[in-house]
Amino acid sequence: MSAKLHGLLAEFADAEQLHGAALRTKHEGYLFIEAYSPYAIEGLAEALHPRKVHVPFWTLVGGILGGGIMYFVEWYSAAIDYPINVGGRPPFSWPAFFPPTFEMTLLWASVFGVFAMLIGNGLPRLHHPLFAIPEFERGSSDRFFLLLRAHDPHFDLPRTRDFLATLAPLSIIEVPE
Amino acid sequence: MSTVFSREPQPPVIAPGEDASSVTRSVSGVVLKLPIGLRWMGSLGFAVMLTGIFLVGICWLLYAGVGIWGLNIPVAWAFAITNYVWWIAIGMGGTFISAAMYVTRQHWRASINRLAESMTVFAVAVSGLFPIFHLGRPWFFYWLFPYPDVMDLWPQWRSSLEWDFWAIIAYLIVSILFLYAGMLPDLATLRDRASRRLVAIFYGLLSLGWRGEAQHWRRLESVTLMLAGLSVPLVFSVHSMVALDFSEGLVPGWHSTIFPPYFIAGALFSGFAMVLVLAIPMRRLFGLQAYLTDRHISVIAKLMLAAGLWIDYSYASEIFTVFYSMDQFDVRMEMNRFLGPYAWLFWSTMAFNFVQIQLLWFERIRRNHVAVFVIALGVLYGMWLERLMLIVTSLYQDFMPSAWGMFYPTFWDFAFLFGSVGLFLSLYLVFSRLMPMLSMYELRKLAHKRSEVAG
Repeated sequence: MSAKLHGLLAEFADAEQLHGAALRTKHEGYLFIEAYSPYAIEGLAEALHPRKVHVPFWTLVGGILGGGIMYFVEWYSAAIDYPINVGGRPPFSWPAFFPPTFEMTLLWASVFGVFAMLIGNGLPRLHHPLFAIPEFERGSSDRFFLLLRAHDPHFDLPRTRDFLATLAPLSIIEVPE
Repeated sequence: MSTVFSREPQPPVIAPGEDASSVTRSVSGVVLKLPIGLRWMGSLGFAVMLTGIFLVGICWLLYAGVGIWGLNIPVAWAFAITNYVWWIAIGMGGTFISAAMYVTRQHWRASINRLAESMTVFAVAVSGLFPIFHLGRPWFFYWLFPYPDVMDLWPQWRSSLEWDFWAIIAYLIVSILFLYAGMLPDLATLRDRASRRLVAIFYGLLSLGWRGEAQHWRRLESVTLMLAGLSVPLVFSVHSMVALDFSEGLVPGWHSTIFPPYFIAGALFSGFAMVLVLAIPMRRLFGLQAYLTDRHISVIAKLMLAAGLWIDYSYASEIFTVFYSMDQFDVRMEMNRFLGPYAWLFWSTMAFNFVQIQLLWFERIRRNHVAVFVIALGVLYGMWLERLMLIVTSLYQDFMPSAWGMFYPTFWDFAFLFGSVGLFLSLYLVFSRLMPMLSMYELRKLAHKRSEVAG
């Protein structure tokens, strides 16, 4: 294979095998490991990527921004820009301004959360080297995959292939870039 | 004494022997393989016909104005607002099943949440049309939005109608996000399993390149938890806003602080009913009995019964409060509901929302899907009547006898009601053939968990 290598892909039949294989690979010293599964496997992502995900943080930021901006607009329009006297009520009727503020807090928090998920995951990304692998199509139904990236300092094609073989995968596939 | 509490083991929430492959095959098969059947085509044809009537009605409304409906002073809110409240309430039940059950880790929801979420999106979309049509000059609805216009006018922030606008917008967008984010992995499955290139491109674009990396899953679960946690207060607040539209009014029967919780009870009640009305035929039509099990139908029927009892309690406390207050207008309004010209609305509401649901106490009835389906349809009908009763009986005779007047619906009132049902059903039927109606990845996880427990 003359094309540049993206990595080596090992195919497994079930979640426990993938989980065990991922932990051993990590233990072996590989740094750039990705695990692919048709459903979330508890604890796997945390084991491979100890860093936290930032979705909750951005959700909070979105909520604060959404609520803050809404409340500001209400205050500015009703109290500063065009105060109207409605039956002697104060222009800045702060309790009555809460319902839209509350709704926009929830809306912006949700929007930020979803975008944080997408951006964090690097989506949308319509092309990926893995999509060229026919076997990977089962990765979204009932097969589990472990990818060792070729740019890993620990990566050495024959040695890594031998190592993967010790994990008893169903198959080992070279993924071209 | 432990035997006292032991009972028959519950039937499973997913048929035994199901695993990741079989889940994928049967759910994606509905979209990719199942031929378009006569029953589905027939249902869609009927729904599209109703939608056509709706469209004609909308054109006529835009041309002639709200006078085509039977509403007038004093009954200026009638079918349009009833339909609006009814539809948005139906959405609530869907969000509740999907969000509150996620937060409380009810794993059985895995097969019902997609169905419930999509129902929510379509119900809210349909409901949002009604307040706009009801405006009289619907093309000015954007005046509700604060934008720096040349007239230098701003919305009235103290009005519950304005709050409603924000509530509907937030609810619609959050429901769409919740549905779509939760569908990404399943769209990727369809992409990978599609045999035709164009189909694969269609789902490939929609799935945004989902690959099922461990980190992808982690972020998706994180955002699902966030959205579920945000949706629960959202559901309660949105329907409280709807209720405040009434509470802020001064007519007898509306001006009451009981309305927000009372409306939420009604919303969950009719939402669960709609989930049943959709789920019972769907599982048959698409052969999904292994996932939408008898247990699901039974559990949702129980939820519907619980919400029904909550709303019956609300009826009772509302009536009690009226007589306890000794306010002559309120008492007169209430007596009018019992005995006046619209008494049939009140008594039908009681028959559908109080009497018939008591059947659901019996396990045998809950196991009989035809019975549950009929009861759920009755609940939907009863909840619609209840909203009409609340609106009309309070408005038609308020304080001054000189300002009283009856309400009679016209042909176009019914055209909008049935037309909106048609629009909802068309959207739902098309969606059910294009998108995976059950959440495959959550079912795979559920099947995996069960196999772990079993062996």
